[in-house]
Amino acid sequence: MLEYALKGRPKYWIWILCLLVIIAIGFYYWVLEHKLGTGVVCGLHKDLTWGFHIGQLAFFVGAAASAVMIVLPYYLHNCKEFGRLTVLAEFFAVGMVVVSMLSVFVIMGQPQRVFNVLLYPTPHSIIFYDLIVLSTYLFLNLLCGWTVLHAEYKETKYPSWLKPFIYWAILWGPSIHMVTAFLIQGLPGRGFWLTAIMAPRFLASAFSAGPALLLVLALLLKKLTGFDIGKKAVDTLSKIITYAFIINLLFICFELFTAFYSGIPEHTEPFIYLFSGLQGHSEWVGFAWASVILALIGLTLLVIPQTRKNETTLVLACIAVVLSVWIDKGLLLMIGGFTPNPQGVVVPYKPTFGEVMIGVAVWAIGFLIVTILWKIAVSVYQSKNLVVKMKGN
Amino acid sequence: MAIDRRKFLKIAGLSFLFGTGVFSLEEFVLCRGDEVLAQVVGEGKKGKVRWAMAIDTRRLTEEDCKRIIEACHRAHNVPDIPEPTKAVRWIWEDTFEHAFPELAEEDPSEELRNRKYLLLCNHCENPVCVRVCPVQATFQRPDGIVVQDYHRCIGCKFCMTACPYGSRSYNFFHPKEYLKHVNPEYPARTMGVVEKCIFCYERLDQGKLPYCVEAAKGKIYFGNIYDPEAEITRVIKENLVLVRKPQLGTKPMVFYIV
Repeated sequence: MLEYALKGRPKYWIWILCLLVIIAIGFYYWVLEHKLGTGVVCGLHKDLTWGFHIGQLAFFVGAAASAVMIVLPYYLHNCKEFGRLTVLAEFFAVGMVVVSMLSVFVIMGQPQRVFNVLLYPTPHSIIFYDLIVLSTYLFLNLLCGWTVLHAEYKETKYPSWLKPFIYWAILWGPSIHMVTAFLIQGLPGRGFWLTAIMAPRFLASAFSAGPALLLVLALLLKKLTGFDIGKKAVDTLSKIITYAFIINLLFICFELFTAFYSGIPEHTEPFIYLFSGLQGHSEWVGFAWASVILALIGLTLLVIPQTRKNETTLVLACIAVVLSVWIDKGLLLMIGGFTPNPQGVVVPYKPTFGEVMIGVAVWAIGFLIVTILWKIAVSVYQSKNLVVKMKGN
Repeated sequence: MAIDRRKFLKIAGLSFLFGTGVFSLEEFVLCRGDEVLAQVVGEGKKGKVRWAMAIDTRRLTEEDCKRIIEACHRAHNVPDIPEPTKAVRWIWEDTFEHAFPELAEEDPSEELRNRKYLLLCNHCENPVCVRVCPVQATFQRPDGIVVQDYHRCIGCKFCMTACPYGSRSYNFFHPKEYLKHVNPEYPARTMGVVEKCIFCYERLDQGKLPYCVEAAKGKIYFGNIYDPEAEITRVIKENLVLVRKPQLGTKPMVFYIV
């Protein structure tokens, strides 16, 4: 099947080349960071040690587990319309898990020591568990997606030994959000994160923004290659996105209520900083409100049946949802968690160009993997369709 | 509840420290040395050692602070980085509001606010940093000191995210470029690792006091807090003391005599 990745139209190769160029630029800045120092290349400082990159972990770990929202209905509820989307979702998860893992890797000051995590396994550290759940999820999705696709390629049903792995992957999906949320939700002194709703919020935002991103890409795929996941699949997926997104917004409201009704400064100050500014600093107010407005646009377009069923407005809704959640989790979650600092002082953070490029290169690596895997999958399905057509004639 | 003379004097003292003396009992209890000691240390463990520090903020002057910081940073090859937000610091001077942000709204007296507060790693009994470190590069010694292995640290900065006191520093730059003097007795660090105060365990192991205690000339007490006869235990018991963010349950081992 791999040979399919090596045969493509010029458009395919141009896209691959673009991704490689982005990766090269990011790699340059990453090397520069390790040569000159994080202090020179990145905007991080002693009061905000996890910035843009761990934000990407928080967002893309959600994109990764979106596969659960497709694989679960397909295998457990026999939801036939997801048939053609299942393998795509699993391969999408592979790329997104890689983005999540690399987002952690790039913040390490001593990357050559990364295997110390395995050399000195530490069960009281959440990073240890995060590594386990992420790498297991990566393996499971690659295994399930590849084996099912290979069966399609050979025109047989997938082997029965795969079933336990499929169920395992379904059960495992939510764990990657929960463990990632646990990284931050159990830290005393970080009021913005110290809330039991953090893990549920990770789940709800993942199960809305993840499938939304997947849906946008699947519809783009249809435009580019003619590979259609089917109207029914789009319909069902858009309903899943709607419900999950409503729950996500509710969770945020619960959090706001708890913070502002209790009035505990540790819980309110990060919100005040993000949404209206604090101590004369208001660096992220525009982003915070953009996230709210995008969420309202997405919600409106998703809730009204006419706009949800119209492909153009659905794509707009999904883009709004993805951008809203990306700002919320990819940027504000980290910034709010660290601001104000333990001394109660606002020390603003502005990611630098180099820092953002390192993050963008990590996305590019993930999307390169998704591109190659999807290319193989689409080629397999399309060649099969061709055979069916010829036989039919 | 009867109030004995000593208790009365303490309340009076507190009223002086905190403006009008409008201070609820809970918050007042937090300041009484013996109560703080009971809360943070509990019964203690006989025969065991737990190093602790008590900083006498009443007597500490700006010159003292400067001298203490200089002594520590010089001996431990702490780089002198001009950018304050990316600096490395093991011990530093700060205001009352920054040291005790949760008490800042309690209207501390002018005098209390004008004092200098030395901040450093609290060597918590329940260190969050040790809990989160994925490679055990930061760990707690049997005597309670939280130390850092610069050769194992992967630079993930999770400990800095976890520390509720901002006591840890990351080497954002090549530290050796910012060293004016090098003390060959203590290792210099590399870029990309985290470091912090180590309570001078290397000196304690030789039977000496930490550099800051030595430089403070009697204004910082240091000793085994599990020993009821020790000077440190006595001064804490007899005075009004604060610890930073006691509500978090980290059980800090640095006490501030107010």
